[in-house]
Amino acid sequence: MTQVILFNVTNGLIIGAFYVLMALGLSLILNLSNVINFAHGNFLALGGYLAYTLSPTLGYWGALLISPLLTALIGVVVERTMIRRIYNRDPVYSLLLTFGLAFVIQDASRYIWGPNGLPMGLPAMLGQPITENLFFITWYRIFMVSIVIVTVVGLFAFLRYTRVGLRIRAGTLDLETVATLGVNVRNLRTFNFAVGCLLAGLSGVLAAGQIGLNPNMGDDLLMPSFIAIIVGGAGSLIGTLFGGLLIGMAAALTTVVYPAASEAVIYGILMLVLLIRPRGLLGEEGMFS
Amino acid sequence: MSTALAAIKGRLPEGQDLWTLIGIWALLLTVPFWLPMLGGYTALASKVLVFGLAAMGLNMLLGFTGVLSFGHAAYFGLGAYGAGLTLRYLVHSTPLAMIAGVLFGGLAGTLFGMLIARRRGVYFAMCTIAFGQLWYYLAYSWNDFTGGFDGLRDFHREPIGIGPLTLDISQGETRFYFFTLAIFAAAIGLMGLLLRSPFGRTLLAIRENERRARFLGIPVERHIWMSFSISCFFTALAGALYALLNNFADPLTLHYSLSGYFVVMTVIGGMRTFWGPLLGAALFVMLQDYISSMTVNWMSFIGVIFILVVLFFPRGLLGMKRRATA
Repeated sequence: MTQVILFNVTNGLIIGAFYVLMALGLSLILNLSNVINFAHGNFLALGGYLAYTLSPTLGYWGALLISPLLTALIGVVVERTMIRRIYNRDPVYSLLLTFGLAFVIQDASRYIWGPNGLPMGLPAMLGQPITENLFFITWYRIFMVSIVIVTVVGLFAFLRYTRVGLRIRAGTLDLETVATLGVNVRNLRTFNFAVGCLLAGLSGVLAAGQIGLNPNMGDDLLMPSFIAIIVGGAGSLIGTLFGGLLIGMAAALTTVVYPAASEAVIYGILMLVLLIRPRGLLGEEGMFS
Repeated sequence: MSTALAAIKGRLPEGQDLWTLIGIWALLLTVPFWLPMLGGYTALASKVLVFGLAAMGLNMLLGFTGVLSFGHAAYFGLGAYGAGLTLRYLVHSTPLAMIAGVLFGGLAGTLFGMLIARRRGVYFAMCTIAFGQLWYYLAYSWNDFTGGFDGLRDFHREPIGIGPLTLDISQGETRFYFFTLAIFAAAIGLMGLLLRSPFGRTLLAIRENERRARFLGIPVERHIWMSFSISCFFTALAGALYALLNNFADPLTLHYSLSGYFVVMTVIGGMRTFWGPLLGAALFVMLQDYISSMTVNWMSFIGVIFILVVLFFPRGLLGMKRRATA
């Protein structure tokens, strides 16, 4: 029984870590640009596929480093050519645009890499379990969670201590004032979008090692990420972080008791939060209302 | 005759011309006669009516209240499952099944609307998406009851008995088309009345300037909630009709992709216009039918349509016409 619980706690931690990476990227874009990026799950898949293609030449570690950057680059192109045009329009257009984009990217991935699942090769060392007793904890799982922790800490440090990070945080609160103070808001938004895509690409590479690759691998992560943002509270990245961990853990622990409800419990949390604390756990009152 | 016409004209909502109206209804009434000649089939026309009704229901919220729901497939799908489950497990009665579907979808929307009426903009939209997916997962995973991924089968629409008369809609595409058209007409007639009433005018006021509406003492949240709720009832009715049309309820009718389709139909036709969503539905349904029969890469085509509409065609067909005349 202890093993079962431990197994599910580990799972919860890992699922939660993916939710967190996805949701933080989505949240960054939502906060600064007021855009829900429906294609975020497809950027995740792109990251994974790029790593798959690059790893024969660059090796796993090279691919792990380069493919998120490439995903971010694709994000820059998408932002510059399309998303930028709809910033000042009704939110319905940004949703439709990224929704269409999600379809196109998913279909393109299917066209390029094929509709069937592909396995992602891992360095032999990462595939080993850490001990005989805890056979389900491979080094890869430890590695994955550490990367996520480093990335999240890095992101928060970046937002806290650098000039650009400061501008992003300020822009979340009042973009107009930031623009008036002479900050190039256009570039700031592009950069911010790219950071979001970078996080998606990184989660894609990590997820590929765990569950393999398929064209709609990001779809199952998209909804929980939305819920993580709502539960955590719009406008608060820390909230998103907690939201992601909370629903990841809740889903995993429900699996111990009643596996069929593991998905439903996420929605249960969503309803509860909307009912009791509509602004989200750490959300600012007045944002988006 | 001319005075009668003038009287009708005077009662028309603004922006609607009597001859356009006659044209629309004449077209709709004669569909089974001319559509097969153009290579279409009557069930496709029924699908257009059903999706058109769902999109018009959504447009009441999106175009006439200015609030974005990206989760209306949930209420459509709940309408479909409500009707389907009733027919399969409870009674073999088409009217009762429809009532059950409408109530199921509409009440779910009403309850949820209460929770989110204070949210605005993209955040409101995000809540609607997330809540909509709840029902998708439920239908998907509750295999024994809903048929799971394969959808709900083993039910079919029943003949309707009105006193001594029987209306057998269980057979024949054309007959069911006219049945759908009659329900459609009644529903959008009601919708038109609602939008012209002081209530509908209040919704417009909220869309145009929420702050001013609030200063005038209008309870904005309650109106948004009511608009959301009514719009869900209409969409649920469309969903119930959809289940009857196909004798099948599919978990994909609950999926957020379909919500996206409803929104794009509304935008293609022109959101803020009464008939726009129907036109958008007609274009979208026919295009989708055509593309998916032509290529396996239909997703790319649909996606590109979304992108092109947003970037180059944001006002929609009727919206553009309206701007030209204004």
